[in-house]
Amino acid sequence: MGAVNTAQKSNVVEHGEVILQVRDLVKHFPVRMGFWQSMKTKEQPVLRAVDGVSLDVYKGEVLGLVGESGCGKTTLARTILRLTDATSGEAILEGQNIFDLNEAEMKKLRRKMQIIFQDPYESMNPRMDVQTVIAEPLILQGLASSAHDARDVVASVLADVEMVPPEEYMGRYPHELSGGQRQRVAVARALSVDPDFIVADEPVSMLDVSIRGEVLNLMLRLSRTRGVTFIYITHDLATARHICDRIAVMYLGKIVEMGTADEVIQTPLHPYTTALIGAVFVPDPRHRGFAEVLKGEIPSPVNPPQGCRLHPRCPYTMDICKQVEPPLVLHEGTHQVACHRAER
Amino acid sequence: MALVEVRDLKMYYRTLRGHVKAVDSVSFDIERGKAVGIAGESGCGKSSMAISILRLLPRNGEYHGGSVVMNGQDILKMPEEQFRKDVRWKQISMIFQGAMNALNPVHRVGDQIVEAILEHEDVSHEEAVSRTKDLFDLVGINPNRFGEYPHEFSGGMKQRAVIAMALACHPDLIIADEPTTALDVMVQAQILKAIGELREELNLSMMLITHDLSVIAQTCDSVVIMYAGKVAEYGSVMDVYVNPTHPYAMGLVKSFPNIHAERSPVRSLPGFPPNLIAPPTGCRFHPRCPLADEECMTVEPPLREVSRKKHYVACHKAEIVEQGVDIWAQ
Repeated sequence: MGAVNTAQKSNVVEHGEVILQVRDLVKHFPVRMGFWQSMKTKEQPVLRAVDGVSLDVYKGEVLGLVGESGCGKTTLARTILRLTDATSGEAILEGQNIFDLNEAEMKKLRRKMQIIFQDPYESMNPRMDVQTVIAEPLILQGLASSAHDARDVVASVLADVEMVPPEEYMGRYPHELSGGQRQRVAVARALSVDPDFIVADEPVSMLDVSIRGEVLNLMLRLSRTRGVTFIYITHDLATARHICDRIAVMYLGKIVEMGTADEVIQTPLHPYTTALIGAVFVPDPRHRGFAEVLKGEIPSPVNPPQGCRLHPRCPYTMDICKQVEPPLVLHEGTHQVACHRAER
Repeated sequence: MALVEVRDLKMYYRTLRGHVKAVDSVSFDIERGKAVGIAGESGCGKSSMAISILRLLPRNGEYHGGSVVMNGQDILKMPEEQFRKDVRWKQISMIFQGAMNALNPVHRVGDQIVEAILEHEDVSHEEAVSRTKDLFDLVGINPNRFGEYPHEFSGGMKQRAVIAMALACHPDLIIADEPTTALDVMVQAQILKAIGELREELNLSMMLITHDLSVIAQTCDSVVIMYAGKVAEYGSVMDVYVNPTHPYAMGLVKSFPNIHAERSPVRSLPGFPPNLIAPPTGCRFHPRCPLADEECMTVEPPLREVSRKKHYVACHKAEIVEQGVDIWAQ
């Protein structure tokens, strides 16, 4: 075990080149109102899905974006990919603000950023065979004229995702593949255009636990061998702990804590992170017991609480928490936290 | 004597291509006041076992033998009318998978529970209402919310309401099929904690079906690991998790990442479960097993005790696995 661990640790990417800078990103969705309601209210209410997020993404790392459903992790990623337009803020990739680009420029840039969706059963056209599925982004980007033309690239990315011999899989249709294999095809499709980063949105939550490791370790290996950056969106802190280099914890549209996986999991500073870790069950009956979980459920992002957004549920609330929103500040090393209590 | 004794239970689905042997000679006990977890990959027959015990088979489901004895009576042999009146919901109730969507959206939550009580017991409407309010209190919902509709409840509250409904007729056994899978981690912990407290208070037995071994480790007394419709390993959670004796159980336990462990690659179990219309000969796990040999391919291993009492395993190589060597190490 010792040797494995040191190998793993030295594998952790040293913070090198920043490939993506996100600054003050905000995404608000208008809330639909009835006619009478809209007559009564002056301001259009908004759902604050992402409410001021700044972060740097480094080349070749696996960055975990962790939080409960409704915390804004998926919206953040979709906004960065411009699958939905940001309300304000910027995301800088290769010196350009993604949000300023016109459609033609955007199309070119899409080659640099790819996504893997949650449901491998829904995200693939059942009428396309594996070769066509993987070749499609190449054709759309003008890098190949037909699926046949892209054959060499398809074979090489299939080999990259350990589907060998590639010829055996190229002609298969999605229904002829297991869930794990489909998700590997999705990874291969994302890899085909040689992107800088890939957003993986809950890539294993639909898979049986026994095969999740296959896909997760594949992501980790690709980040090491090909220098592909992964943004791994998940609600599962246990897998994030083992495959992410850094973890950002989100709550109600904000990052509340960010640091290396060890920093965040072993010495969590934010009460929300502590509760989230405590709520993860350990697969070992010798270590039993429920940690104190936070009361209640995540409030509506339409009217988030004043001050610190966690204060109505937090066991340590002080007066300042109810009024002043704590900024995300550097604590130690690379460990950042947004909590008044941690500052003292 | 155990509260429920499942013996040699066989339930197959009829299909055009033959019988799908979803539950194939399954035996285990549920002790009074204890919780047994049923685990395995999707398609291993976990949910089929639940509906077999509650006699809720779909049209193409058929029993092919075996018994489920509760309080000295084989509940599979009872006339349907008697089973419906005396057993279903009164002795055994169920929390279904995706229970959050099991509530009828156009009826008030409270009324739906009142209806369940009136359906099974001869009590007045007022009494049923007051019992429902007590149940709300018991599962941690403010009784003032009796008249609200499901959409006014959060996911966790809906799940609590469904638990209240399962408790409405004071059953001895609750079958919970993936009760928290659709919930967020924090809510999952709240709900499982609530279920644990209720079980203690009411001396309830539980059969918890889940693919999540960590939930079973935290909440159950014993565990049945199923593979391809059969029991691979069965014993106390301590025995099975600490000394897994079936290669499949060992692989499954090891593929669960532990958040408090040192950083290490997430393990996986290569291959996938077999087609249950024509399962592999011999041991059904042999095509995925690193220890498989001639015997495993031809002779089906019986469920047997190896070195610990009441720790059963169906594997020819159990003595090797038991040594604790990591047979899945690559």
